[in-house]
Amino acid sequence: MSALGRVVRTTAFKLSAIYFAVFSVFAIVFILYISYSTNVVLAERLRDTIAGEIRELTEVGRSGGLRAIVNAIEERSTQPGASLYLITDMNGRILAGNVSDVPEQLLERSGSGAITVPYQRYSEDKTEHLAMVQVLRLPGGFRMLVGRDLGERDQFRAIIGRALAWAVALMIGLALVSWFFVSRRVLKRIDSVTATSRRIMAGDLTGRLEVTGTGDEFDRLADSLNAMLERIELLLQGLKDVSDNIAHDLKTPLTRLRNRVETALNGEPSSDGYRAALETTIEESDRLIQTFNALLMIARVEAGSPDGALSDVEIGTIINDVVELYEPVAEENGMTIRVGQVDPIKLRISRELLGQALANLIDNAIKYAAPLPCGQSRPITVVVSAVREGSHLVVKVTDNGIGIAAADRQRVLQRFVRLEQSRSQPGSGLGLSLAAAVARLHHGTIELGDANPGLLVTLRLPLPPP
Amino acid sequence: MRILLIEDDKEAAAYLCKALREAGHMADHAADGDTGAVMAGEGGYDVLVVDRMLPRRDGLSIIEDLRKRGDQTPALILSALGQVDDRVTGLRAGGDDYLPKPYAFSELLARVEALARRRKPGEAETLYRVGDLELDRLRHTVARAGKPVPLQPREFRLLEYLMKHAGQVVTRTMLLENVWDYHFDPQTNVIDVHVSRLRSKIDKGFGEPLLHTVRGAGYMIRVGAR
Repeated sequence: MSALGRVVRTTAFKLSAIYFAVFSVFAIVFILYISYSTNVVLAERLRDTIAGEIRELTEVGRSGGLRAIVNAIEERSTQPGASLYLITDMNGRILAGNVSDVPEQLLERSGSGAITVPYQRYSEDKTEHLAMVQVLRLPGGFRMLVGRDLGERDQFRAIIGRALAWAVALMIGLALVSWFFVSRRVLKRIDSVTATSRRIMAGDLTGRLEVTGTGDEFDRLADSLNAMLERIELLLQGLKDVSDNIAHDLKTPLTRLRNRVETALNGEPSSDGYRAALETTIEESDRLIQTFNALLMIARVEAGSPDGALSDVEIGTIINDVVELYEPVAEENGMTIRVGQVDPIKLRISRELLGQALANLIDNAIKYAAPLPCGQSRPITVVVSAVREGSHLVVKVTDNGIGIAAADRQRVLQRFVRLEQSRSQPGSGLGLSLAAAVARLHHGTIELGDANPGLLVTLRLPLPPP
Repeated sequence: MRILLIEDDKEAAAYLCKALREAGHMADHAADGDTGAVMAGEGGYDVLVVDRMLPRRDGLSIIEDLRKRGDQTPALILSALGQVDDRVTGLRAGGDDYLPKPYAFSELLARVEALARRRKPGEAETLYRVGDLELDRLRHTVARAGKPVPLQPREFRLLEYLMKHAGQVVTRTMLLENVWDYHFDPQTNVIDVHVSRLRSKIDKGFGEPLLHTVRGAGYMIRVGAR
């Protein structure tokens, strides 16, 4: 691309060109309008002046006769800035006046309207001028001509022409100035955006666009681009975490599995030994499949495709089902689980996914609420409730167990995060992440809090407006 | 019974056929969709096991075609897609059951046998009887050796399903699907605890146990040891 081509292609150049064109058109139209209007006004005034003089002269003629008119014209003709006068007899001889040459047919013309004609004056220069004149027939074949020179109007035209030239020159100047400023200020910022995004594309995800703080469009653009970058960085970080987690949490059991099979193969060949090794291998691979399925399900839910058709479900039914499902397990673990207050609310959700989320929350409570720290002893109860709070359905799973330290509450929602005390229990560390993903899919939130004592998990789902 | 397996993975198919034969069934194998459709169309099978993604022809379309022609041979769909909406499309296409890969053979066998059983006449039985255990589906009562056994509604449904498939293995996921109508992974041995509760009600204090645990597979209700 040539240097000129580059200049022409810049936004600043195009903007300036457009400004220039728009303002030029505006100026030309404006000036043309003014010149047209003044022309009209001036012609009107000339006509009035001529008509006035004719009136005066006819007045003079009425009282003093033709002689008086000739005298008056002779007197007026010599005054500075005088109008044009001419009076002829019936043969066309000039009796008085200050016009030396007018078109011949002019005096033959009668009528009251003023017309524009070329003429020459006596004495002064011999150049032809233009004038607006009116001819009047007097009694006895005499003719009288009264007119005004049009020089005044031409002068005015010249002034307007100069104004137009100046205006166009000014427009060009302003266009250049605006080009300069636009290219300096605006394009510099766009160029900086380009440079920053190049840097980010090259891999530096921490790069952010400059915000000047003036609050103009560029700041707003930079702000939203920065927010987008923030989100991308977060997502990529999440992706990285997940792949790290997969590497760790799937590779570890795979290694364990492999080691076990290898040990069995290297040891004494006995069918009992092989059998035991194979059985644990199956168990281990089942757990792997379980983890894998949970991961896939989270990914699927997070991608926003709800599994199974959404349907109108009574929340109480799901809660009763899941609580009933877990009730014997809770009892076996020496806990009580019961359904608390449940408002009759029907909403459009995925029954399967919400059931799964609820199952995960209850499962967590049963697995991790106990054991209580030394010196404490109380029967553990898990309560599941669902109430309407404004425009939301709030499902709460509360236990009075050991709870989760405030610092860890956000962390356990992430994939594969398992707290130290839970490592001894079976589990993939995906239950809460899946519940959180299900909440997000339903445009809701999940939140871990303190039940004093114990853990309070709040699932908040938006209800449709009544 | 005669089983047609439509599956393109040769190794998996060979293993499945062998295992099905060992379990006492006759198994034929079709390696692609077209062959599978022809073989299934010839009829004579008790159950079809159809992989969802097949070369040349989609597994679901084979089942759809059969159903259009009025062939109601029960079909079990195998799929690597295990999500609930995939299951829904599978069942909507005319499949009778859906098993996500990877699966345990015991699970597949239990489901195939349950499907074949479903087809047999006399499905509308109102009274199930296994040994001296009786379940009256109309009056919602259960009695063992003539003594009434009070059950919770869910326990009743659990026993009903087990007795409907008396003599067959019923897996934990089958119970969760058919008794609770959920397809998710309960993470814990919730089903085991429900079954052991039921067992304590129907077997405890009576002579011969009827509700058996089948190791590595599930449960079975029957008289006598196998």
